[in-house]
Amino acid sequence: MGSYVLRRLLGAIPLLLGIATLIFFVLHLAPGDPTAFLFGPGIPPEVIEQTRRNYGLDQPLALQYLHWIAAMARGDFGWSLTQGRTVSAILREALPNTIVLSLSTLILVFVLGVLTGVYQAVRQYTIGDNILSVAALFFYSMPSFWLAMMLVLIFALKAYQWGWPFALPATGITSVDYEFLSTAARIGDRLKYLVLPVTTLTLALVAGVSRYARGQMLEVVRQDFIRTARAKGLPESRVILKHALRNSLIPVITLLGLYLPFLFSGAVFVEYIFAWPGMGRVIVDAILQRDYPVIMATSFIFSTLTVAGSLIADILYAWADPRIRYD
Amino acid sequence: MTDARAASSASRLAGSIIPGAGHLAAGRAARGLTFLLPWLACASVAVGARHRIAAMPATGSLDDRIAVVTLGFLLVAIWVGAAFDLRSPPRVPGPGDSQWLIAARHFNRNRLAVAGSWLILALYAAMLLAPLLSPWDPIAQANISQTTFLPPSGQHLFGTDRLGRDIFSRVLYGSRISLTIGFVATAISVTLGTLLGAMAGYAGGRVDSVIMRFTDLVLSFPRLVLLILIVALFDRSLLVLILVLGLTQWPTTTRIVRGDVLSLREREFVQAAIALGYRTPRILFRHVIPNVLAPVIVSATLGIGNTIVLEAGLSFLGLGPPPPAPTWGGIVNDGGSSLINAWWVATFPGLTIVLVVLAFNLVGDGLRDALDPRLR
Amino acid sequence: MNGDSPHTNHEGVASPPAPEADRGLLAVDNLTTRFATDRGIATAVDGVSFHVDAGETLGLVGESGCGKSVTSLSLLRLIAKPGEIDAAGSVRFKGRDLLTLSEAAMRAVRGNDIAMIFQEPMTSLNPVYPVGEQIAEAIRLHRRLGRKEAWTRAVEMLRLVGIPSPDQRAHDYPHQLSGGQRQRVMIAMALSCDPDLLIADEPTTALDVTIQAQILELLADLRARLGMAMILITHDLGVVADVCDRVAVMYAGQIVEEATTDDIFDNPGHPYTQGLLKAIPRIDAASESLAVIPGQVPSPTAWPGGCRFHPRCPFAWELCAAEPPPLFQIGPWHRSRCWLEKHPERRSPAAPDGTVTAGES
Repeated sequence: MGSYVLRRLLGAIPLLLGIATLIFFVLHLAPGDPTAFLFGPGIPPEVIEQTRRNYGLDQPLALQYLHWIAAMARGDFGWSLTQGRTVSAILREALPNTIVLSLSTLILVFVLGVLTGVYQAVRQYTIGDNILSVAALFFYSMPSFWLAMMLVLIFALKAYQWGWPFALPATGITSVDYEFLSTAARIGDRLKYLVLPVTTLTLALVAGVSRYARGQMLEVVRQDFIRTARAKGLPESRVILKHALRNSLIPVITLLGLYLPFLFSGAVFVEYIFAWPGMGRVIVDAILQRDYPVIMATSFIFSTLTVAGSLIADILYAWADPRIRYD
Repeated sequence: MTDARAASSASRLAGSIIPGAGHLAAGRAARGLTFLLPWLACASVAVGARHRIAAMPATGSLDDRIAVVTLGFLLVAIWVGAAFDLRSPPRVPGPGDSQWLIAARHFNRNRLAVAGSWLILALYAAMLLAPLLSPWDPIAQANISQTTFLPPSGQHLFGTDRLGRDIFSRVLYGSRISLTIGFVATAISVTLGTLLGAMAGYAGGRVDSVIMRFTDLVLSFPRLVLLILIVALFDRSLLVLILVLGLTQWPTTTRIVRGDVLSLREREFVQAAIALGYRTPRILFRHVIPNVLAPVIVSATLGIGNTIVLEAGLSFLGLGPPPPAPTWGGIVNDGGSSLINAWWVATFPGLTIVLVVLAFNLVGDGLRDALDPRLR
Repeated sequence: MNGDSPHTNHEGVASPPAPEADRGLLAVDNLTTRFATDRGIATAVDGVSFHVDAGETLGLVGESGCGKSVTSLSLLRLIAKPGEIDAAGSVRFKGRDLLTLSEAAMRAVRGNDIAMIFQEPMTSLNPVYPVGEQIAEAIRLHRRLGRKEAWTRAVEMLRLVGIPSPDQRAHDYPHQLSGGQRQRVMIAMALSCDPDLLIADEPTTALDVTIQAQILELLADLRARLGMAMILITHDLGVVADVCDRVAVMYAGQIVEEATTDDIFDNPGHPYTQGLLKAIPRIDAASESLAVIPGQVPSPTAWPGGCRFHPRCPFAWELCAAEPPPLFQIGPWHRSRCWLEKHPERRSPAAPDGTVTAGES
């Protein structure tokens, strides 16, 4: 298995290079001058020229590309055009927030998805199965931004209006008086702000995982070795939880790796609506303001995280399936 | 003998007046209803909008003419179809049935999927008939002070927005944008994906490697980010939107097709074709690709739903067709700022999206089950 | 052969066989299993009765679709919806009717008193657990031994079935073993708790011919050593000749002939059995074509009326299509479900439709 991991790692490098190249060329093929946002009509052209030179925008495209690739490799993402600080500083601030959101969602999605999927497979065709199937399809068909808004409507705005005891905050990451809270209260506060965004993202994604887990479980349960397990006299719970589950979990792991791009995409909407200061917001704002360095860096980070995620998923799969591990 | 014949001529008479009635008279109720109900719906649209139709030759735009022509076409087509169907005997399952017929029969037993397909048909019909169906003009703003933010009522099914525009009409017209984009973009992506996947799977070797690397590249990029990137940087037109949606969706199809083609390549009928000296394009188009169509169709159907959601998302961020175009996502965005006192603005378009995408997903699932080779 | 006194009815006279209940180790009486399918109710097993005495090997023979696998699964009540075992029948094992046991009591029987091995060793073992663990699991469950002792016994079982270096092999995963080795593991797993009866459902069909011989030899050897009874299900009469004491031939969900192995080969009564025997290719016969039984196995949703074999039987006449024949006792251990036993004059030398060749029959 070691050689497999090594091969995948090596294969990821050209992939990342390709992504960086793609980003660069998409941006620079776009019409419009990046500096147009920075300046009003009255600025003298020499200042504009100087600024462009500062940012290296006057050099030939190929040279800019090489400079950029070298800088990326160093981890130097340059300066933001609109925020007046290094891109790295922006990312350092935003990345943890996105990670918190994404990781919580991923764990919840995995646990809930597998639980419901297994339940549905074992109780196929019962009322519970049908209800869950319909619900899953319903949430699967829902745009995440709309779900976010509806949740905000009900649990934040209307709850406040109707005086429910547990009105949740509509936006933000912490309360205004966060600084003055005790540690325990701080954790509670953070959790309170985390509930709606994570719920939105989870509901949007859990349906897919649940459907897949259900399908896999149904297939596994039809296999011959399940019949063998029953013929040995094992109780049904052991047959399902020990023999069947272990086999059906393996492909589910790969699915989670594949879901990472959707996780980040979905996070974009959720962060936008809930004013969650993560990478999704950063990139949307940067795109709308044509802040090139920030756009390039954030896109690259997103893609790297995706590649890393699917790499981890593949490695996990290879580790979990003895047929690959011992080959 | 005579009874049957007498019944059939009576039913034929009934069928020549109203499509579906003949079937009902002959005892084929289910089939009869599938002709009768849509025809009645179209007929009631024609009756309900008769004033508008009458006014059309004078003031009608191209849109309006298309709507009228479509309505007329539907009425005639259902009528003719019912008449022909009445004459032909009911098909019984037999050994000579093609795989598509078997799949269709299996599909028809899935009631949710059938409901989904009717919904889709109705939506595309509504899209074309919008000028006749919508009670208000979607972009006209009347006396804003009086019409702003009206809650849902008999007059305004979905209420009005900040500028007093009827949301139901806007949603109806918005369906044109979403359904068109969904269909065209998916058509592009499926065609491209199938071709690339077939080439990669069939040729193998370097061609395969190159194509799959490129596919992985596009797949690794979070799709939404790429979409936002391109649309924001280039242009907000319909064309760009369709192109960029289509050109980012093909990797899934490519992977599926490549996998199937790889296994098909080893099958005897392909080897026989090669042995007979057929050239590669012919083998690909006439022998290989028709056999991988089944998962492609499923992928396409689910893809349309996915595309609609993405387009709505882009419109929500302000990156879709510019105002005053009534995009679903755009209306939801408008409703965001007035969420607490005018909840209907954001709710109904979103609900519509859910319904539409649900329909596509139901059909896609139904197709996947029906075309499952293990069930043959 | 131990058991009850032999019957004295002579050939040709129909007489009801002795009741299956209370005979020997396993006594199956009127076992019926049905499945609800799209095309109607399929009666895969229809009123099957047989018995197995302690230490003997019964062969259950028939083509695919005759219901032999479903019979074996029914014995262990491994039939799931949409299948259902008719409560009217009984499966008496060591005095208890298995069909009336609670599920928990049945689980105590499975793998413990009655064990089963299946046809496909490739897919019958769980790919994600080592083989030793899969054997030890059964031991821990039924013998209540601790992990270490169960593991030791598992290794012992592997040694017993002839796997070299069993203590290392026990840590292997199924995909690391060959087909023959996997089947040995299955046998080890089945025998690990000392069952009184082993049901082997086509254990060698999926294996190479040379391995087949090895596995059969192993089974015979284990039977001699451990003394368990065995039901060997197969479509291969050659296998039956080697290993079995008695043979029951199944067709269309019913037992059509039952006899000792010698009798089946020397003196087959039922035309179906005769057809099967004729169909065995023989090196010493100089013939151009192989004998076949014309026609096809009928579908379980639509068994033919009267005698179920009559559409394919060279001797059939009107009675066969009209009335289903009962099992006639034609020898001490020999029964046949055929009207020819009542009307032996119908066994004319009329050759059927020319597909039977000049080979020895």
